[in-house]
Amino acid sequence: MGDLRVKIDKLDLKNPVMLASGTCGFAEEINSFFDVSKVGGIFLKGITLNNREGNNYPRMAETASGMLNAVGLQNKGIDYFIDNIYPRIKNYNTSLIVNVNGSSVDEYIKVTEKVDQLENIPAIELNISCPNVKEGGMAFGISPKGAKIVTREVRRVYNKTLIVKLSPNVTDITEIAKTVEGEGADSVSLVNTFLGMSINSETRKPRLSTITGGLSGPAIKPLALRMVWQVAQAVKIPVIGIGGIMNAEDAIEFLIAGASAVQAGTALFKNPLAPLEIIEGIEDYLRRHGFESVSELSGSLHL
Amino acid sequence: MEKRSVDDFLVIDNIQLNTNSFLIRMSGPKPLPEIKPGQFVNAEIKDCSEIFLRRPFSVFDVDYKYNYLSIIVKILGKGSGKLAEVSKNAVISLVYPLGKSFTYPSDSDRILFIGGGSGVAPMLFLAKECGLPADKVDMIFGARSLEDHIKIDGYRSYGKFHFTTDDGTYGFKGMVTEHPIVKGNLTEYDKIYACGPLSMMKAVAAEAGKRDIFCEVSLENSMACGFGVCLCCIEPTRRGNLCICTEGPVFNIKELKWEI
Repeated sequence: MGDLRVKIDKLDLKNPVMLASGTCGFAEEINSFFDVSKVGGIFLKGITLNNREGNNYPRMAETASGMLNAVGLQNKGIDYFIDNIYPRIKNYNTSLIVNVNGSSVDEYIKVTEKVDQLENIPAIELNISCPNVKEGGMAFGISPKGAKIVTREVRRVYNKTLIVKLSPNVTDITEIAKTVEGEGADSVSLVNTFLGMSINSETRKPRLSTITGGLSGPAIKPLALRMVWQVAQAVKIPVIGIGGIMNAEDAIEFLIAGASAVQAGTALFKNPLAPLEIIEGIEDYLRRHGFESVSELSGSLHL
Repeated sequence: MEKRSVDDFLVIDNIQLNTNSFLIRMSGPKPLPEIKPGQFVNAEIKDCSEIFLRRPFSVFDVDYKYNYLSIIVKILGKGSGKLAEVSKNAVISLVYPLGKSFTYPSDSDRILFIGGGSGVAPMLFLAKECGLPADKVDMIFGARSLEDHIKIDGYRSYGKFHFTTDDGTYGFKGMVTEHPIVKGNLTEYDKIYACGPLSMMKAVAAEAGKRDIFCEVSLENSMACGFGVCLCCIEPTRRGNLCICTEGPVFNIKELKWEI
């Protein structure tokens, strides 16, 4: 049997299949379907310093092969997480990663420092790519300058594994990836959602309360795959591939393109069991193609 | 957290109830967990390129002996339209059970159910499950016209039925909230349950709220996951924005911020 284990900096993952932030809650919801210790890692719902109510309804619009969302980082804040959620989930036998958000560098630092105190959180995913908040979020992720400052400042206070989640809403994603690598990021995860829009032609109203929102699902897979391939060429740190991964074949494409691991996201809405099917499918693929390990498969694109 | 499943169900039969509602009975592959009135399933829509997400449906009935689960599908758009076309032996993938149920009435309660459209499904399910004597239960079901009502023959023993139609072709002419029961002696009821169009539920909530009668409504809006992770199906409540799929779909009207 092929070795599914993957290393992302100091993180030892039992397999390369992880769950994307904002699509798996705080792990308990997915654990209601299957034992979450089976996945390589779980990127928990994005957290900010203080409680956020998020955007108004409607926050979701179905699109061709995907969906737009405009949730706007609804969460109860880091202290609520530490006091009420973390104690319930900390013993799940998988890598639990907190998705850190902020509207200022200071907020990113404060949240990171609090997460750093949590023994069973071995990594953070610095979200500089949320398209649905007015301040912060993607603003930091769409310019090398913003990405540089926030990564540098968070790196200063955090010694565990630092993953930076990149926005695809840029002209050259490799530039941002190289910038955060230069500031000490241990890994990059990409892509967050693409900024999109949907209109109800009958009412001439936008389908989202925020007018624009983030597109995810199979619709973005070729775009995400291209970006993962480009970034994998450009940086030396491990790349985590995200974007429309619905099944094992999709995940394998990202691995071949150069990702060390992947995140399944929107797939969970359609099929909460998708991660298990993806893990099995990768195992089967390694066997069929004679790979001894999944890391051998990473970046094995034939040109 | 309660266990949930994703399973393929086999369609046993699909019976047309009226012009645009269908009763789909399905058989599950394993013993069904306890499923209570108000809870729902999220059904996959196959062979429809425009549909990406599942569609939620209230559970109408459960038969634990045969592992049968039934839903009423009212055609509202492409997803429900496609689902309504299924025939015997078709396979439907369900994510289940989802959401919270209605609060069961106590034995001494006198209760009123108000349903509209496919909203009658959880009302009939609750009437059947709560096991109150028929003389303690009144049900007012509203529809546009006679042909929009569904036959409730099998449910006569669970309560006294009252019907309304907008056009007067059956029962009382007017909206459910204009029915003499609602306009007259509403305070005789200890609990009111409502499920149907939003405007109907708001009107019911206004009547119940005025008289401070316990009232639960079952909400519906557009959902992606159905199990509380996408945070799309929110309803503003006195406890903040809550997901209808996990904190509801049943809400006590006192929790809601409806301007009624």
